[in-house]
Amino acid sequence: MTETAMLKRTPLYEAHLVSGGRMVDFAGWEMPVQYSGPMPEHMAVRQAAGLFDVSHMGEIEVIGDDAFALVQSLTTNDVSKLEDNQVQYSLMTDESGGVIDDLLVYRLNEEFYLLIVNASGIESDFEWIQNQAANHRVEVRNVSAAFALLALQGPRAERILQPLTDHMLDRIPYYWSQDVKVENARCRVSRTGYTGEDGFEILCEAGSARHLWNRLLLTGKDDGLIPCGLAARNTLRLEAAFRLYGNDMDRTTSPLEAGLGWTVKLGKGDFIGREAIQRQKERGLSRKLAGFEVLDKAPARDGYPVIAGGREVGVVASGSPAPFLKKNIGLVYFPIEHTKIGSEFFVSVRGRQVPARVVETPFYKREKNFD
Amino acid sequence: MANTPEDLTYTKDHEWVRVKGEEATIGITDHAQQQLGDVVYVELPKVGDKFETSEPFGSVESVKAVSEIYMPLSGTVAEVNDVLNDSPELVNEDPYGDGWMIRIKIDNPSQVDALLTSIEYEDYIKAETSE
Repeated sequence: MTETAMLKRTPLYEAHLVSGGRMVDFAGWEMPVQYSGPMPEHMAVRQAAGLFDVSHMGEIEVIGDDAFALVQSLTTNDVSKLEDNQVQYSLMTDESGGVIDDLLVYRLNEEFYLLIVNASGIESDFEWIQNQAANHRVEVRNVSAAFALLALQGPRAERILQPLTDHMLDRIPYYWSQDVKVENARCRVSRTGYTGEDGFEILCEAGSARHLWNRLLLTGKDDGLIPCGLAARNTLRLEAAFRLYGNDMDRTTSPLEAGLGWTVKLGKGDFIGREAIQRQKERGLSRKLAGFEVLDKAPARDGYPVIAGGREVGVVASGSPAPFLKKNIGLVYFPIEHTKIGSEFFVSVRGRQVPARVVETPFYKREKNFD
Repeated sequence: MANTPEDLTYTKDHEWVRVKGEEATIGITDHAQQQLGDVVYVELPKVGDKFETSEPFGSVESVKAVSEIYMPLSGTVAEVNDVLNDSPELVNEDPYGDGWMIRIKIDNPSQVDALLTSIEYEDYIKAETSE
């Protein structure tokens, strides 16, 4: 058996080959890194629309009388604020306040929550949640294999999706979801995404994925819709300064250090990690994730050493050329004294010290359409 | 399908070489630029730098990745295509023309015989992509 034979595939694997996807190993999954190329795919999402297969992400259901109590105790954000069909970005932290994973919490009803987690965390998150569920009247189910997840992203996403469903999509606000039929397939459609653009994530049964994928690409063709791979997904999320688990946060970093304090509601009552995060907040941070821009044409990439005040103070957490902004940008953990906007430092690019500067994030913010 | 002009010679690292007397002009092939995708940055050596055969003399970067460029022949850098600093997209648009990278003074002209012809290079790409 070769390594590739062990990789998992989504229900859209064959569709990717047909679309000319270049397949790579990502977190144990054989996924398309690109089709036409990261640059045209990135620009399509900013200016028209792109379609991503994100079926490698995991779906975990929490069902039962204590579903709310369990999810509230597992996550940093305040689940009590959610109404039926509402969606929330949140984190799971451990006792020491380290980030176990970031996730989306969907409240389907008060006894039914759906958690969408990173591909790399499916098994470990599921185990963690099951362990915490011991004294709760809930059933926790890892239903990842039964579902596919498509992300239709970009300013034209709504007009591309609308003809395929009877539900009026403009009635789904940002971070809300709805059970709707798309092309007769039962789906949960949410106005969410990881690109910094308007768009939808469409959760469907694995068996419906191929048909929906093909129909969307066909219907959206005239609007400029193209299939997009993981490379564009990464550059899009980085321009929007969305954190990537494993790069920008993990068990050794706290939500506050990762700049995700807005997802932590210390006043909501007890949750795992609360005390540690509270203590860190009172004590003050010694380091924090900062956004930077390279003042040179050389891109700074993941893992490149960072030099400030004459010494190496860390490595680039996420770094890349930004296709839409036409700059080289990144995120880096810095001692707090270096995180001031405008403060300058160096990135070591193959031994050459290249100047960079701390800037405001997000790097890119779409213009909202209020009509 | 990638373009491989007959009047050039090639390497298995996907560089092309145009030999003229004791000098050689070097760039990356059409096949290489297609594989890389949109080039966003090219890092090249300085005039006067000396390199041995197969030593990396620079790098070419796409949105996704950094690829090193290897010396097809031992020699000394005589000229660098500085235009690529502001217009790296020339590597995609005109890999055998305006997208050239360096011109070198060849140390040992006999090394030229080891380079691939356009037909040999095309066969090599076919074998590589069918793996």
